Amino acid sequence: MGQPFLAKSNERKAVFWVNLLDMSDSPQASPAEKNNSNTMLVAESLFCERDDRILFQHLNFELTHGQVLQIKGNNGSGKTTLLRILCGINDSYEGAIFWYGHSIRARREEFFSELLYIGHRVGVNKILTPMENLRWSCNLQRSVADQDLRTALSAVGLRGFEDSQCFALSAGQQQRVSLARLLVSKAKLWVLDEPFTTLDVEGVALLERLIAEHAENGGAVLVTTHHPLTVPQLQTLFLGQLPEGESR
Amino acid sequence: MSAAVTGVAGAFSATLKRDLLVAYKRKNDLMNPFMFFIIVATLFPIAISPDPEQLSMVSAGALWIAALLASLLAMDNLFRSDYEDGSLEQLLLSPQPLYFMVLAKNLSHWLVSGLPVVLVSPLIAYMLNLPDDSYWALFLGLLIGTPVLSLLGSIGVALTVGLGSRGLILAVITLPMSVPVLIAGTLAVQETQNGASLAGYLAIMGAMLLAAISLAPLASAAALRISVN
Repeated sequence: MGQPFLAKSNERKAVFWVNLLDMSDSPQASPAEKNNSNTMLVAESLFCERDDRILFQHLNFELTHGQVLQIKGNNGSGKTTLLRILCGINDSYEGAIFWYGHSIRARREEFFSELLYIGHRVGVNKILTPMENLRWSCNLQRSVADQDLRTALSAVGLRGFEDSQCFALSAGQQQRVSLARLLVSKAKLWVLDEPFTTLDVEGVALLERLIAEHAENGGAVLVTTHHPLTVPQLQTLFLGQLPEGESR
Repeated sequence: MSAAVTGVAGAFSATLKRDLLVAYKRKNDLMNPFMFFIIVATLFPIAISPDPEQLSMVSAGALWIAALLASLLAMDNLFRSDYEDGSLEQLLLSPQPLYFMVLAKNLSHWLVSGLPVVLVSPLIAYMLNLPDDSYWALFLGLLIGTPVLSLLGSIGVALTVGLGSRGLILAVITLPMSVPVLIAGTLAVQETQNGASLAGYLAIMGAMLLAAISLAPLASAAALRISVN
């Protein structure tokens, strides 16, 4: 986490707000709408503070099938924290998160079987080969045949690197190993934390295509990035203070 | 039901295989606890006395302490690299129960770091002039006791994996929990020399092992969720 960008460390008064842009076609969730079959994930009045600094409060949004939600914000505004809260990794928040109308705390296994998270640290062990890494992370979800894994690895441009140690791969190639999980997984919800940082131009295009296809097929994507996304289903959630010149 | 079972079994065996593979590829880490055990045990005759009579008195205790320290030394690898490269988050987000994933990691860890120590222990015991009738008590005691040490240690590792500089905190958490195993293990050797039945001590240690298998991974899993928070 970076330094607080507004508040001095012991000053709690600084105003933070959360704004929803372009959310006109997905109205704010009211309790009656929680069972709407098109709604996948609902966050209700989320509040999180860290080191006496409020990252966000009264944060409400919902995620529907076919939606790509890009979370924007300055460094240290809590994007990664929000994603980790929504995944159930981080438990230090107030508010409620519902997966198809049920709290994710109560239905953890059901939720996890439909969730694919790629974090900042991509979860690739450098001693193992891409194939061994992918085999493990996919088998945690469900049994996958090796043939499917090889197909996925060559689809993300790692043909020929399947059996070389990840030490020998570049950061971008290691990122691609984690992207191969997107192809193998059948999860409905993808949560991607800065997935574009180390990718080259081709990699960016590939990932954008994957995200768009996933949304077309009824999946949902939560993504943080500073990269301008060109996905048709894109909507934006801004954390922290809006930059100059943008309206609320 | 069967689908759920195959899901758990698949994830369990995938985790077990992966950890064994990682251990195999990190050969120096693989040898460390084993070499440490041999070296520590070798120091006793040098420091105390090469006299066979005196060595015979301390041999069982020395072997158990060496095994305990070797297990502690190896513990740190259990979740550390997974925490640093993000694999631990994948493990926590698996739809399969975390209990079995932690158990798989513990099993692979014991196979790699505990079992070699158990297997070499009769040889070191010979060097320390362990009484002839105590070999089974020592060997079986270590065979049942070292997995308990691994399982207890994994709780401490899970609690401290998120800390930047840990120093001795792992030893401070883990060693007091290991005392009952140490007592039972050394008593088994001493008392069988005095004619007591080995079965009773093995039963107590077996009970410790069963309790550790059923409870320690739950504690480790809860501690991991807190550490990764």
